[in-house]
Amino acid sequence: MRIGTLKETYAADEALFDTRTQRIWLALFFLGLVLFPFTVGEYWLYIACLVAIHVISTTGLNILTGFTGLVSLGQAAFMGVGAYTVAVLEARLGTPTLLNILVAGFVTAGVGALVGLPSLRVKGLYLAMATIAASFILHFIFANWNSVTHGVSGINVPPAEVLGFEMARPVQLYWLIVPFAIVMVLAASNLFRTRIGRAFIAIRDRDISAEVLGIPLLRYKLMSFALSSFYAGVAGGLWAYFFRVVTPESFPFVYSIFFLAAVIVGGMGTILGGILGAVFMTLVPEVLKLAVGVLSPVLPDAVAILSPVRTIVFGALIVGFLVFEPHGLAEIWRRTRRFFHLWPFKT
Amino acid sequence: MDFDWLFFTEVTLAALGNSALLALTGLAFVLIYKATRVVNLAIGEMLMIGAYLFFSFTAGMGLPPWGAVILSIIGGALLGAAIERSVIRPMLGEAAISVFMVTIGVGSVLIGLTELIWGAEPTALPDFMGKTPIFIGDAYVSRKVVIGFSVAAAVIALFLLAFRFWRGGVALRATASDQAAAYSCGINVPAVFSLAWMFAGAAAAGGGILVGAVGGIAPTMGVFGLSALVVVIVGGLDSIVGVLIGGILVGLLEAWCGTYLGGEYKMLATFSLLMLVLLVRPYGLFGTVEIERL
Repeated sequence: MRIGTLKETYAADEALFDTRTQRIWLALFFLGLVLFPFTVGEYWLYIACLVAIHVISTTGLNILTGFTGLVSLGQAAFMGVGAYTVAVLEARLGTPTLLNILVAGFVTAGVGALVGLPSLRVKGLYLAMATIAASFILHFIFANWNSVTHGVSGINVPPAEVLGFEMARPVQLYWLIVPFAIVMVLAASNLFRTRIGRAFIAIRDRDISAEVLGIPLLRYKLMSFALSSFYAGVAGGLWAYFFRVVTPESFPFVYSIFFLAAVIVGGMGTILGGILGAVFMTLVPEVLKLAVGVLSPVLPDAVAILSPVRTIVFGALIVGFLVFEPHGLAEIWRRTRRFFHLWPFKT
Repeated sequence: MDFDWLFFTEVTLAALGNSALLALTGLAFVLIYKATRVVNLAIGEMLMIGAYLFFSFTAGMGLPPWGAVILSIIGGALLGAAIERSVIRPMLGEAAISVFMVTIGVGSVLIGLTELIWGAEPTALPDFMGKTPIFIGDAYVSRKVVIGFSVAAAVIALFLLAFRFWRGGVALRATASDQAAAYSCGINVPAVFSLAWMFAGAAAAGGGILVGAVGGIAPTMGVFGLSALVVVIVGGLDSIVGVLIGGILVGLLEAWCGTYLGGEYKMLATFSLLMLVLLVRPYGLFGTVEIERL
């Protein structure tokens, strides 16, 4: 049982990881991440890369929705902007991979700030509608700006290349995508120790009060949109290198709902929530696929019902979490941790 | 080039039929929003279920169309009540965004169930309106569009009258304007919530049958709900007049852009209109401006 954490300096109080146990677990986790590619097969590496991409994008959306309180249903479209930027840069100019991903992030941040402009006048559901509108307009641009995006046929992306290493398969891409995810998640959790991050939280809790306190609303709201889109852009860029072909259909509206669902299921307004939500929502369909594999001898048409069942489970998860566990997986995690901390006493 | 006025009139008349359907769906939406302050994104899926119920009753069980229509509308109302009672009621008092996400989840569940029960393939509803075209002046109009328009218009008029004169309608308006005051006047507010959802479900099912009759049914037809959503936002979330005018506006815009620019411009035009309205009049053309106090 742990009695309490004693802090003697401000530095210790502000530290991201404040206890030794936490740091040890974190070190073990990183060790696990390093060893992971050597122990599992291609399929699980593919899943790991996908999870890492989703973690980046979900964390970005969490900055906007969970921390600033602005609901966005355009995250997938923003990822599309990032993916197209990388695809065009790579296919036309052949600029270096890391530069492409960064440019994708900045271009998407610009687009995101533009989409965030209505947040000056509207908020809540009206803003959600504005982002839906923006995502459909972006989709239209992807599909019809033929000279740049090649319309519905899309763009093929050459494999990523970092420091002379060609990265085409998940085994190699793992070493590009996962470090990106780690850095960006750490950056996000650091953000909320700064003035900007705290301004975001103030805006979420009551935007008029925040304005009275001297936070320029428009500037910070746009900053939040830009930051969140930067994450989406980087995730989209990595996505382009991962799947190697970018078409308008790669980023449907449902994908945006997926990210919002991941934020909700994981827990709005916690960094851990974004990670847990992305992992959980990515793994659920895979688990369903496995279940179908197991069931197929008993249930002959198991494969046919996979897709509808996946849609049902997806919706049921959103509804179930909102009704029964509004603070998401992060809260469950916290409860479990507290149980062990306080054991053998009751929580 | 000479502008073909006859063709233009035909397109416009067909668009008005679509407008009426949009307005009807939008009405179902506003009904729920006014009474319960819930933005129901599952409205498109409720509409789809209505159409599929009709499909089952006519093609599957061989009921006559009028019986099937009544049964599907009752089914739609029950669906609305079930959704309200099971997932919306527990969310009472939660943030508007959470409830909004719940309805997205419900929509996803409904799509999955439809694919599971009826399959993912698009089908056509059995024809029950006849095919003889109707001419207004020289302009040709499809019979379905005319019937769809008149039915939708009649239903909307009926709803407006009910709001004005029927006891339940008055209770609904009272709840919409002030819940606490309505409560203290002895209005059973939770019952009003259920009522609003039932009526919305019924209207959506009716709209679904008409939409399905014109364009066929598929698990993806819930997208129609998105257009209805644009209608509602353009008109103002809590304004019935706004829905009617928004419906006509969006319907005409969609048809004209679809005909003269190409089908892919439909969505673009609708959503650009939405963006424009949000930037110029954030609460829609006729919506109530919310005043915020600290």
